[in-house]
Formats: sequence, structure tokens, C-alpha cells
Amino acid sequence: MLDALLPILLFSALLLAAIGAVRRVRLWRQGRPSRVPVFKGLMQVPRRYLVDLHHVVERDKYISHTHVATAGGFVLAALLAIIVHGFGLDSAILAWVLLAATTSMLVGSILVAKRRSPPPSRLSKGPWMRLPKSLMAFSVGMFVVTLPTAGILPEGVFQSGVGWFTALALAAVIMWGLGEMFFGMTWGGPMKHAFAGALHLAFHRRPERFSKRNGGEHRSTGLKPLALNDDHAKLGVEIPADFTWNQLLGFDACVQCGRCEAVCPAFAAGQPLNPKKLIQDMVVGMAGGSDANYAGSPYPGKPVGEHDGSPHGPIVGRDGGALVDAETLWSCTTCRACVEECPMMIEHVDAIVDMRRFLTLEHGNTPNKGAEVLDNLIATDNPGGFDPDSRLHWAADLNLPLMADKREADVLLWLGDGVFDMRNQRTLRAFISVLRAAGVDFAVLGNEERDSGDVARRLGDEATFQTLARRNINTLSQYRFARIVTCDPHSFHVLKNEYADLGTADMPARYDVFHHSTYLNQLLEDDKLMLKAWKGGSVTYHDPCYLGRYNGEYEAPRSVLKALGIEIKEMARSGYRSRCCGGGGGAPITDIPGKQRIPDMRMEDVRETGADLVAVGCPQCTAMLEGVVEPRADIKDIAELVADALIIKTPDEKAAQSKPASAAPRTVEEVTP
Amino acid sequence: MPHDASNTSVSHSNASSLNVTVLVSVGRHPLTARTRRADQDARAVEMALMLTGASVSLLHAGQQDSDHEEAIRGYLGMGIDSVGLIEQSPQADVVPALAKALRESTPQLVLTGTRAETGEASGVTPYLLAEALGWPIITGLAAVEKIEQGTAVVLQALPRGKRRRLRIRLPAIATVDSSAPPARQSAFGPAKRGELAHQQAPSEIDEDLATWHIQPARKRPKRLKIVKSSSARDRFKAAAAKAGGGGGQTLNDVTPEQGAEAIFKLLKEEGVLR
Repeated sequence: MLDALLPILLFSALLLAAIGAVRRVRLWRQGRPSRVPVFKGLMQVPRRYLVDLHHVVERDKYISHTHVATAGGFVLAALLAIIVHGFGLDSAILAWVLLAATTSMLVGSILVAKRRSPPPSRLSKGPWMRLPKSLMAFSVGMFVVTLPTAGILPEGVFQSGVGWFTALALAAVIMWGLGEMFFGMTWGGPMKHAFAGALHLAFHRRPERFSKRNGGEHRSTGLKPLALNDDHAKLGVEIPADFTWNQLLGFDACVQCGRCEAVCPAFAAGQPLNPKKLIQDMVVGMAGGSDANYAGSPYPGKPVGEHDGSPHGPIVGRDGGALVDAETLWSCTTCRACVEECPMMIEHVDAIVDMRRFLTLEHGNTPNKGAEVLDNLIATDNPGGFDPDSRLHWAADLNLPLMADKREADVLLWLGDGVFDMRNQRTLRAFISVLRAAGVDFAVLGNEERDSGDVARRLGDEATFQTLARRNINTLSQYRFARIVTCDPHSFHVLKNEYADLGTADMPARYDVFHHSTYLNQLLEDDKLMLKAWKGGSVTYHDPCYLGRYNGEYEAPRSVLKALGIEIKEMARSGYRSRCCGGGGGAPITDIPGKQRIPDMRMEDVRETGADLVAVGCPQCTAMLEGVVEPRADIKDIAELVADALIIKTPDEKAAQSKPASAAPRTVEEVTP
Repeated sequence: MPHDASNTSVSHSNASSLNVTVLVSVGRHPLTARTRRADQDARAVEMALMLTGASVSLLHAGQQDSDHEEAIRGYLGMGIDSVGLIEQSPQADVVPALAKALRESTPQLVLTGTRAETGEASGVTPYLLAEALGWPIITGLAAVEKIEQGTAVVLQALPRGKRRRLRIRLPAIATVDSSAPPARQSAFGPAKRGELAHQQAPSEIDEDLATWHIQPARKRPKRLKIVKSSSARDRFKAAAAKAGGGGGQTLNDVTPEQGAEAIFKLLKEEGVLR
């Protein structure tokens, strides 16, 4: 009986899976078009899975081993089961391999079950709690049913007496297993992640973020530009179907592992954002329905079950309600911690900014100070609404060389909007003194500089971003320089990664951009600077998101600190796992309330290291961390630390080098009567 | 904030028939002189949009160029479909053209900013319009509380946060200053898509204007009033006090004729009328 039943079960499960797959694909295709190389993408899946995805999964060794055993076992077992039981190929060797595969899968599923007893808060419950049992059902069922084929049990053992009942029970178990593993894969069960995930890897919207066989940079963090020239197109994402189809596919790939939730600073601060829930809400919107079936942590302060959506219904209603509340989207600091942690390579920040674009450009609904800041950027080119002609007032005594006068320089020093902030002016002064000590040929744009457009873009105002960027590109194109150096990682990121899209053939916007920590490190490596030994207390270093996760620069600031003679007391969350200071993405402007402040949590991280001083490399981080009440560690920019340790050659030494210059005769002398 | 929440919902009896026209002008940023939507005019638009059930139309009279269009589009971004645009030559007096347009469209309420940010910016346009149309004018509108049976109950803003409740006969012109609620954000998408409905109208050249000599205003030094007082309270009071005009009198419970007479007398004394 079982011999006849098994192929029927297998092939009907496969057929149902195929029907489900078509349905699922049609759900994704509701999205906007996005061109992808289909065949090339599919060919890339094994490498993207085994290298890039596994690289992320491996950060948690336990689950990576578990996944290898379970998924590897399942894929092999499924293929062999189709051959051996589906087509009835009576091969003892294949049967033995099938036994091994199901055993591996069983071991894996036991490990999955162990992880989930009890499940950590970041994991989703609900159907996911059933998954380990379903995995066991499939593996055990397949194992037992293969025993006769492998010759361990006599042929025909399931065909008489007790065997009949065993066979019946076995068929039920296998049916459960097949239902979860084949049918559930395309009809929306937990195994959906395997189907959607594989295709998501193939058709990812940012193919450049995957590694290549020949190595090289594989990072893709700049936001995608929005076409503004079409007069009738809706700007940004209003309804789930406004996402591109491969974005929708990406949302569907989520395994609800909650790694994003665990690292999200807004979630930890009790602001109403949970990246995992947001992605699940997008899936709910895509398929239509309510979020009541969601079985993970909710948005802090927002009970599950009160929101619903449909593919063509609004995501954020003008008067609230709908699928997601606006403050959920405005809580994000765009720190990319979730994207960095996501084993399915989902792009949360892209989605959030897409939805913000609609709120700002179409609804005109940027919360709190958002509208004022954007108006200031439009009218005065800086978020504070300061007189654009007063950009260099802070440096009245520094006699900074202007690009307008010099026309060319080795280094174009991009000052950023920190020029209007008294705290940041100290950093800039320090950095300029270092540049002068190293004898660097630099110049600044002065009043010709404008805001880089970072804040406008993260607040969803793509129009203002593009205006600012184009005008900056225009200004930059008039001068000759080898590189741009800036103390602001946000300007750094935008200039380096986001301006290129707006360049034109006769005005390309590809620049060699350095963060000041990288440039300082280069100066130190070239022996251009002489430093005193560090005499202060213990120091820790806070990685700015826009330098670290956005641009992969973790080493240069650390080696600068090392050159200063500082041994860094690393925080538990540093490097790619650094916790955001709360200052990115316009979060201080939209200022969504939570239970605690993000910078307070970050300074708590600092306190745990016992460091007396935290070295930073970003004006936003400086402002956010320094806003934490005392007692706390001091906050100093790397440029300040280097400037403090500088040994500047005394005038005597300089005179020895350039005697004729200093011996110029005085033309006027004071005559004593 | 001088205003309270009560002005966010305004009720009036016959909702469908309330036509509100907002006169908008091209603004100018005080620091950078870039054109923009004028702040007070934008507040007037905001106030019109907060009137439940009112049909709001915007009207601008002025010259045509891309900078100006950009500024006018700023009002469209507040969620308005179109702005009526009466094309006028740069030297034109816009009052006759506006008065003609208002006479034709017969709105019940005309809102506008107290004073433009460009041009003469003398703040007399609403008065001239009211005179030309024979309508009452109210200045410093802070909120419209109720509109029924051809009259409106409004709050007028007085200096130092005072409010006065007035009943005015419609149609009327009301000007809005910075005591009105701030304008909503102007969104890029609707601003770009909104329609500019061009209306041709003859330009009446302002002959007087041509003879005027116009130069940028110079900031005059201001003498500081030094308060010699030992008590911090007195010094603070002196610093916080608004310069009050000396003399003057407050008339309460007088007939309009008596009031007019008093004003007439004062204007004669001051040499405004001869």
C-alpha cells in the first residue's frame, strides 16, 4: 500500500507546491517593474547562499551548524525521496544516502527544537514553534519508510498485520512532513523562507552587495535615486504595490529570526519600531489582511491586531490606521544595523526611506521639526536656517585657503554643516591644525559649500537632496583637487556613494572621498606627523554608522588611536555591530518619543568598558553623546586627540630649514625719540 | 502659541456655499532673498483650508517668470489643485485687476497676508481692495470661529496675546499676520502637479510708482534705553516692556459716530488730514 501511496503523496505535494509558487510569484509581481538578469541571477544563488548569506548566519555558530544540518539534509533528502520513492528507483546506495540525509536533518531539527525551548524573545512563535516538529516528522517519516529499500528491514514489512497500522501512521506522519516542507513552502508556512529566500538572492535589488569570486569591494549602501522628472508619477511608496517586485520578494524571504530586532536602537529605546514586524507588515500588505497572526514582538507600545492593509491600500493613512503608523517609519535612525544583521539580505532602510519619500513629497507630513529643517535647506542650504554667507565666520582667524582663490589643491576639505555648531568648530579647528602641521595643500569651498543633502534625503525629501547635490556637484566641477576629506561621515557617505548617480557625462560626480580618520591614518603612515605619547586615561572608540556599516571603515580610526599610543577598550557592541548614537536619519529632527534615549544607552555601553574617554569621528555622534548627562566619559573627536598630541616644530627648527625667508629685513622700524 | 486648539474645527451652517478666496503673493526669504511662498499668505491659506466645507480658491496677480512660478507652486504644495494667475506687467498696480476678479467670482471671504514680502510691501493692498469693493476689512485675523447667515464670528489678534471676538458681515476681507496658526508643509509632488490657471487681464500701469525712487532700507542705529534701577525686577520689566505710545485714550461703549469723530480729530491733530 505504502509503495502506491508514497508517489501519490509526493507528487500531489509537489503539484500543490507548484500551484502555490505561481500564486506567490503573482503576489510579488504586483510590485513595480525592476529589471533583473534572470538566468545570471539564478546561477549566482549557490554562491550568494554559501558565501554571503552563510557569512552572516555564521555570526551565530549554533544556528549556522543547525541550519547546515537541517537545510542540507532536507534538500538532499527531498531530491532523493523523489527519485527513490516518487519514481520507485530501487537502489540500496541511494537509499543509504537518503537515510544519512534524513538523519542529518533529524539532528538539525532536534537542535532547532532545543533553541526554541524556551524561545528567545527575538524569535517569532506561532507557526514557527511547529516547525521543529514538522522537520522531525519529515525526517523520521522518510527515514523509516526508506529502511526496507536500504535492506535494513525486509521488503513488504508494511504490508501485513501490524505493518498495515504502522504504514497508516507512517503515511500520516509523512503527509504532515510533506505538507509543511513542500506545500507550506509556497503557501505561506514557515518554510516559505527557503523558496522566497532563494529567489530573493537571485533577483536582489542590490546585486553589487554580494561578493565575487575575484574579491573586491562588495558593499552597496547608497540610496537609490528617485526619478523626479515624470510629472504624473507618484513619488515614493504609498501602497505595498508601489514597491518594486523584487523588494516585495525580499520582504517575503524574512525568516523572522529577529536579529534585526535585537540590534535595532529604536526598538531598544522603546520607540514604536521593530524591523522584523515592519517587514512582516509589508508581507501582510502584499497578501492583504490584518497583522493579527503575527507572533513576534510588536512595535513597542502598539498592540498587534489593530492594523491591516491590502496590496492597493495605503500603508500609512493620512489620519493613521492603515497598515503602519507614520511614527514607526520616522523612528528609524537609518543606522543599517538591521540590514547588516539580516541573514536574508533584506533591505529595511531602503523600504523605510521609500515610504518616507511618499510621506514627505506627497503628503507633506514630515513630523516635528522636519518641515522646518527642509524649508531651511531649501532657503538657506543648511538645516539650521543660518545665513549661508556666514559659513566661514567661525574661522575668521584661521585664514583658510579658499578654492575660489586657489582653483586647485591636493585636498578639498569639506567642512559640512558642523561649521554652524560651536562644538564641531573645535573639531574642525583641531583637524585644520593637524593638516597645517603635516603641510597638506588644502582648500575649502567656504560660502560656496552647501549641505550635502544627507538629512533631506533620509527625511524622504529627494527633491531637495537632488537640488543640493546637483548644485554641489556643479561647484565641485569648477575646481581641481585630488581628493575630498571631511570630518563628517554623513557628507562622506553621500559624496562618495550617492552623488555618482546624479553626475552627468560632462560633469561626473565620482570623487575620491576620505573620512578624516582615514586621511589622518595615511598621514601617520607617511610619517607626516609627530605625536607625543598618550598620557590620558583609558579610551574606547564609537564607530559611526555612516563610516562603519555604510563604508566599512573600522580599521583606520583604530590605527590612528593606536599610533597615539592608546589601547582601545572595545565596547561589547563595536565594529559592524556598533550601536547607533541616535543621530542619523533625521531621527533627532523627527524626534519620536520612546522609553529611553538612544544616546543614553550608548553611553551606558561606554560606561561598561570603564573608559574615561570615548573617541568619536562624527559631529552627530559628538552632539548626541555629549548630550548625555554627567557623570559620563568625555567625548573627543579623533582629530582633537591627534591635535592635542601634535609635536609642532618650533620656529627655531623651521628657521633652520628656511633661513632666507625668515631673515627678510623689516621695512619699517620703530624709531625711539 | 497664541492660538488654541479650538480653531482647528470651525462650524458654519451652510457648508457647501462658503467660497473663500485667498490672495497669495511671491515671498522672499529674509536671509537669502530667495523667492518662496510668503509666510503670512501661507498662513492665510492654512486658515482657509481649516474651514470645514469651504471651497478654497487661490488668486495671484503679478508678473510671470520661473522664479515666481516656483514660489506660487509652494502654495499648491499645501494640497490645493490650482491657483488663479492674473498676469500683470511688473509696473502694474494689481488692485484693479484683483478687484475685478473678486467682483466676478463673488467669494464670501477673502483672506490674505497683512503685508507682502516683495514689491512695495506697504500693506495697503487689502485696504484698497476693501475700498474698491465696498467690503469691510478686518486685520490680524487669528481664527474664524463660526460662519452663519452671512456673518462670521472671528477672533482678532491684538498685541501681546490679547484676542478680540468680532462679528463681521460677509463678504469681507480679512488679513492674517503671524499670530495665525503656522502654515502646513508644502509637499513637492502636489506642488509640481498643481495647475496654474492663467487669466489674462489688462495691466494698469502704476504711474506714481514709476516716479518713485526705491533703495534698500538702511538699518538705523537705535538708542538703547538705559534703565537705572537697583531691582532686577524693574530692569526686567523695563526690558520686557513693549514701547507704549505716550498719551492716547481708550474709548469704550461709544457709538460709531463718536468713534469716527475721535479718530478724525486725532488724524487732524497729527497732520494726516488737513
